[in-house]
Amino acid sequence: MSATVAGRKIGSPLHYRLRRYFVEALCLLLGFVLVIWTLAPIYNMWMIALDSHDDVFNGSVWPAHASLESFRVVATEDFWYLEHFWHQFGNSFIVGGMTTLLTLLIGSLASFTVSRMHLRNGWMLTNAALMTYVIPASFLAIPFYRIMQIYGLSNHLSSVILALTTFATPYAIFIFSQYSKSIPMELDESARIDGANPWQIYYKIYLPLMAPALVAVGTYALLLAWNEYLYNFLMLSTPESMTVAVALAQFLNSDESPWNFMMATAIVYAIPPIVLYYGFRRYMAAGLTMGGVKG
Amino acid sequence: MGTTLQSLRIGRGYGGVIRPVRPLRLQGSDTSWALAFLLPYAAVFAAFVVYPVCFGLWMGSDPALYGTLLSDPRYVSTAVNTLLFVAIGVNVKMFLAFLLSGFFMSRSWWVRTLLAVFLLPWALPSLTVFVSIHYMLVTQYGLLDSLWRAVTGNDGPLFLVSQPIAMTANILSYIWKWLPFWTLIFIAARMAIPQDIYEAAEIDGATGWRRLAHVTFPLMANVYLVSTLLSTVWTLGDFPTVYFVSSGAPARLTDVLATYGFHEAFDFGYPNLGVAAMMSALPLLIPSVILLMRRIRLTGVQL
Repeated sequence: MSATVAGRKIGSPLHYRLRRYFVEALCLLLGFVLVIWTLAPIYNMWMIALDSHDDVFNGSVWPAHASLESFRVVATEDFWYLEHFWHQFGNSFIVGGMTTLLTLLIGSLASFTVSRMHLRNGWMLTNAALMTYVIPASFLAIPFYRIMQIYGLSNHLSSVILALTTFATPYAIFIFSQYSKSIPMELDESARIDGANPWQIYYKIYLPLMAPALVAVGTYALLLAWNEYLYNFLMLSTPESMTVAVALAQFLNSDESPWNFMMATAIVYAIPPIVLYYGFRRYMAAGLTMGGVKG
Repeated sequence: MGTTLQSLRIGRGYGGVIRPVRPLRLQGSDTSWALAFLLPYAAVFAAFVVYPVCFGLWMGSDPALYGTLLSDPRYVSTAVNTLLFVAIGVNVKMFLAFLLSGFFMSRSWWVRTLLAVFLLPWALPSLTVFVSIHYMLVTQYGLLDSLWRAVTGNDGPLFLVSQPIAMTANILSYIWKWLPFWTLIFIAARMAIPQDIYEAAEIDGATGWRRLAHVTFPLMANVYLVSTLLSTVWTLGDFPTVYFVSSGAPARLTDVLATYGFHEAFDFGYPNLGVAAMMSALPLLIPSVILLMRRIRLTGVQL
């Protein structure tokens, strides 16, 4: 049968070739449109960042006098919104790092118990986690703000860390339970016969074998924490406790705030997630598809 | 329930080998280990999920709040905006992601490079890109207006002064940001389709458009449905898009539920009203979540 298909192709070579060029041209066109579509806002970011303050409002589509002045201002904290920039950058790192650690620890312990210890009613925990995963975080923002005051954690980095850990852990449990199915149960059983207790099985067998899933979820948690805005904004209010996201959005408060400084700050703020993302892209993609599509 | 899952697990045994699932009951010391392992998550769940959810339900429990909401014309426009935002944003995004995933299956080098570029919006923090889009639209000095002037010679429209244009900008920005993520999901789903199905289809004469409609789409229908439901639930609570792109302009006419509730609670000082506004999404949220959980359990689609 496939010979027929091939035969048809050979039957009208010109028609076939024209058709192929046409498809190729369409693909190139689509690629071109996609590049423009994807890069337009990013180009706009660079254009404004490279403009000098007077040029921002001259309505050009190209930076007339491109300069790195705005980046110098950001690096030297030479503007009053940016006074604590590097300190805030550090805060963002603390929030990201702690959220990642806590998510990995809590998530792996919970999923180890559910998927490796034959826990009765373990499915209830998985379902509870799934529920938390699908409910939009913004709907809990107002009560969260109140309970953080009750806990006495407001304006403290730990409030954001705990909030974001809460939202990242369900995904972690999900991916870990999925991935651990590929680790043979016999390993646990033989370790147990050798006298290992559950902690030793978790620490010496489960964790090392889960490394790819840990990297995938870790990257996810770090990106989530670094990029999150709403909870950072609600919990952190003084310049010393702010993360970069909150400090950046402050620029929007005043009408005459310098766009070029803001966009330069935004670019510096976006560098770590971009590096992380493209560095760990393979693992991230694996994390997304770890469950695979069994439907 | 527990038994259903257990039997499912037996049924799915690797390589057709049915492993006996021993009812390995937890022994004395193991139970305390298990409890100790679960304690951190249980604590987090109780303190930061159960408590805020109950607190929220309590804050929004007064029926009078909903009367106040309905008598506020801004709430009505917010509800309409949210529905439009979710219905158009999610469906257009999903359909485009489905089509684009086919395009990105191509093995040629430039398509693969393009994919890396195409994923940028997903990797970038939403705050930075949405503010950039906001600057493209606001005032007559933004990039879009400048382009308009360069091409037509006239001043462009003031995008954020017109409600329909501002809402369109919100939806487009939302699609811009999340299209790459769902395209990746669909690429993964397409890669899971065995190649011999396509070969068989080709022999039967299904190529091109027919192959898409009669082979690829039916095979991906479950993933498509689950993704759409999940995305609907997430998008109902989407905050940063509208908050930064249009900032509710003009005159708070482009607010969605999340930003409306935020402003009521933190700008105008009516936290209970803000909670009530978000809870008014529950009639849509709860059925979607139930449907989603059922689909995930029945079909085993995982994201």
